[in-house]
Amino acid sequence: MDLVELQKRLMTAARTNPPSDAVPYAFEKRIIARLPDRRFLDAWGLWSQTLWRAVAPCLAIMLMLGVWASLHRGDWAQEEGLAADLENAVYAPLDDLGNVW
Amino acid sequence: MPRPGVENRQPPEARVAPADGPSATGSDAGWIAAVLKGDPASFEPLVAKYQPRVFATARRYARREHEVEDIVQEVFLKAYQKLGSYRAEAPFEHWLMRLAVRTCYDFLRTHQRNREFSFADLSDEESGWLDRFASEPAEVGESAAAAREIVQKVLEHLSPAARLVLTLLEIEDRSVKEIATLTGWSPTLVKVRAFRARAEMRRCLERMLRDKKL
Repeated sequence: MDLVELQKRLMTAARTNPPSDAVPYAFEKRIIARLPDRRFLDAWGLWSQTLWRAVAPCLAIMLMLGVWASLHRGDWAQEEGLAADLENAVYAPLDDLGNVW
Repeated sequence: MPRPGVENRQPPEARVAPADGPSATGSDAGWIAAVLKGDPASFEPLVAKYQPRVFATARRYARREHEVEDIVQEVFLKAYQKLGSYRAEAPFEHWLMRLAVRTCYDFLRTHQRNREFSFADLSDEESGWLDRFASEPAEVGESAAAAREIVQKVLEHLSPAARLVLTLLEIEDRSVKEIATLTGWSPTLVKVRAFRARAEMRRCLERMLRDKKL
């Protein structure tokens, strides 16, 4: 069987009967009823909403960090002393340089 | 910056051609402008005007009526959502049909069949048409319902791209340039896909005829 000819005949047959354009009753009403579920995408609006929603958690984190910092102020004084000792130890050889030379 | 809780329901403004512009009919441009200003009810006349064409297109790619309705609904909901991107450089119908074809293509990709087409899928009438074609090709009617059913069944078993390009090129008799515009493919890709689609359809027919002889 000639497949090319068969293919041509079948496609010709397919062209002869276009599909129906019948529409179900009140279909446009169904579409309109679903429209409010779809919002237009407003990128800037979404971004601003996200930023505003992030304000409260950011403030809470800031307050917590401030409270934590004020509670541990004594620990920092001790750490500053340690930092000074480390610095003195590192630069001690340099202080002796004048004696060596 | 707008405050939370005050949702912006108004879509972004689009450049819409004036009512007496060359590319958009007066009524289409008026309805589109009204929808973009925040009146969803103005979308209804657009739906009513173009839904027959969209239904006819969807019926080329889906057999079950509920699937056809789902496709058409998806087309119009997408059109509403993307209406802000319509630039009125071409008629609204062309823009809508591009959306329809791409939605149908997405549907085909989602509902792709993996089963191969076999002779057992044909009815007695369809098998009889093939027998008559084999014996006397000149005598067989081209507009026979059996032939149309065979085409439909074969197309359902092709890959989505092959089915789409064959439907647009061979059945709807569109040009390569039109198909490229509708699908978003380059003209070269359309030609390559058409070539592969025809080969795929021939292979499908060959397998079916081989099953018949067995």
